[in-house]
Amino acid sequence: MKNRLLAALAALLVSSPLGAQITIEIDRGYDNPKKIAVVPFGVGPNVAGVENPSGIVSFDLARSGQFAPTPTENMLSLPTRPAEMLFRDWRVLGVEYVVIGRTEMDAAGNLTVSYYLFDVLKEQQLSNEKFSAPPTALRDMAHLVSDAVYEKLTGIQGAFSTRIMYVIAQNLGTPSVKFKLEMADADGARPRTLLESREPILSAAWSPDGKRIAYVSFEHQKPSIVLQEIATGARSVLTDFPGLNSAPAFSPDGKMLALVLSRDGDPEIYTMALATRELRRITRQHAIDTEPSWTPDGKSVVFTSDRGGKPQIYQVELATGLTQRLTFDGDYNARGRMLPDGKHLIFVHRNDGVFHIALMDLERQRLMVLTSTSLDESPSIAPNGTMLIYATQDRGRGILAVVSIDGTVKYRLPSSVGDVREPAWSPFLNRTRG
Amino acid sequence: MQHHWFRNLSVVAFAALVLVGCSSTGKKEAQTGPLPGNEQPEVTAPAQSDSEISRVDGEGNPINPQTGMPLSRVFYFDYDKAMLQPDSLAILELHAGFLKNNSDRRVVIDGFTDERGTREYNLALGERRAESVATFLVSQGVRRSQIDVVSYGEERPADAGHSEAAWAKNRRAELVYR
Repeated sequence: MKNRLLAALAALLVSSPLGAQITIEIDRGYDNPKKIAVVPFGVGPNVAGVENPSGIVSFDLARSGQFAPTPTENMLSLPTRPAEMLFRDWRVLGVEYVVIGRTEMDAAGNLTVSYYLFDVLKEQQLSNEKFSAPPTALRDMAHLVSDAVYEKLTGIQGAFSTRIMYVIAQNLGTPSVKFKLEMADADGARPRTLLESREPILSAAWSPDGKRIAYVSFEHQKPSIVLQEIATGARSVLTDFPGLNSAPAFSPDGKMLALVLSRDGDPEIYTMALATRELRRITRQHAIDTEPSWTPDGKSVVFTSDRGGKPQIYQVELATGLTQRLTFDGDYNARGRMLPDGKHLIFVHRNDGVFHIALMDLERQRLMVLTSTSLDESPSIAPNGTMLIYATQDRGRGILAVVSIDGTVKYRLPSSVGDVREPAWSPFLNRTRG
Repeated sequence: MQHHWFRNLSVVAFAALVLVGCSSTGKKEAQTGPLPGNEQPEVTAPAQSDSEISRVDGEGNPINPQTGMPLSRVFYFDYDKAMLQPDSLAILELHAGFLKNNSDRRVVIDGFTDERGTREYNLALGERRAESVATFLVSQGVRRSQIDVVSYGEERPADAGHSEAAWAKNRRAELVYR
């Protein structure tokens, strides 16, 4: 079963889009992925030189690890309309679900992408939808199909229409070092540079509406926090105090930013109201307090502190200042991020000198190491809470990797142009449908 | 046996001479002559202890009065630690002497870490290392207003390798004179 998944994925990688600088190499999948056939979509007249959505949908579903797409060459028939469906052609292959569809051009010059999802055993149509948009949005429409199929079959909102942000560093350790903050689709396609600099860029964070980012830039030869609009590229320096200005994190309602300043003597957590730029200091300890992130209810901030001697993760309730320590296993726990359910914590955990990503059930106080890579850092959780992306190293090269929350699905995203680090998974992004 | 004992005594005496010669607060004894084995550096100012400490190279960096070479400006740290190592202190005293005698000069102390651990915690740890150096200079009488502290965390490694040897070279603070 696993071999079939890997074979299917290998076939997909060959057909993955050109120009994507991040390529995906899959390590492991579920032991029993659902067998799904995504039949090449029919192409209407006047639709020329347009990618077939079926390839994009197959790759999305395969990457979740929960589906094993059937290779096209194994398909016995290639229906593109419900009337052409012959369920026995799929039953004999052991396929459980079939997606068929068509790409057409309408009179206004828009593409329409329509799909039908079938349950083979029940011989039933489960859903169908039609999307319409300019041809440049073909990939977006294909990802909407993936989201819809994924949600119908798993009950979980799909995260295929999301984006990732990351930093590429080139010529590290030489005077010609270059840093680029890039954004790409979650499958690595359509990379776009947001900022290019000769000085380091780190800690990029998405606003909850996906329209703005905040990051740390060394363009003034010291760390300062910059706010940038994605659509226009307009930038403004948010804080540039003496000492550190770092670790920005947007609150769930998008109105506040948690951040770190050391202007008062050592690194402390602050919150800033974005409308007024008013700052409020949250921690007061002669220690390093850093890496703030928000709980989903927006009432508390999770952060790293070495007030106990070594970095551990704490949580502070903003209204009361009540602070509690969350991690007790191991001598280095940092960069905590809550899952959307507010009951689990993802963080960097050092064990025997090796840095892994770990998941902790906060109610049961149970810790599970998710990764078998080492020198792991910067975990960022997909907005549906099923996967996380993080930075690690492969043969001395900085790469990104994705692992599912239960640790079973793993794949790597190396870049062909440099070291990749500091990934940030976007929130759900509103796209127009229909 | 007797020969051995006598040699040890002269080694101790020599070490005492070197130690006395190396420590400097600007107020102590002047150099009376070259140490055994060292060439006398060219004197370009009156032979008073204060202005010897003020000698600089072509880039404005202070020169070690004992060796005539630029003072070492890089100081290393143990993993996870921000404490100055004991053998850094003597050189830092010389830097302190220079800054006190040249109150128009500023120094930036850059702090760095190796790549292990989280990036933001490393920014803070790099700052802590640079602050250790700043605190020591101030304890030697340097005005804080002459000192700036900047941390690069793990972002600017001296050695981009991934070995213990590379990491040791990256855990450092560097003095950059303005």
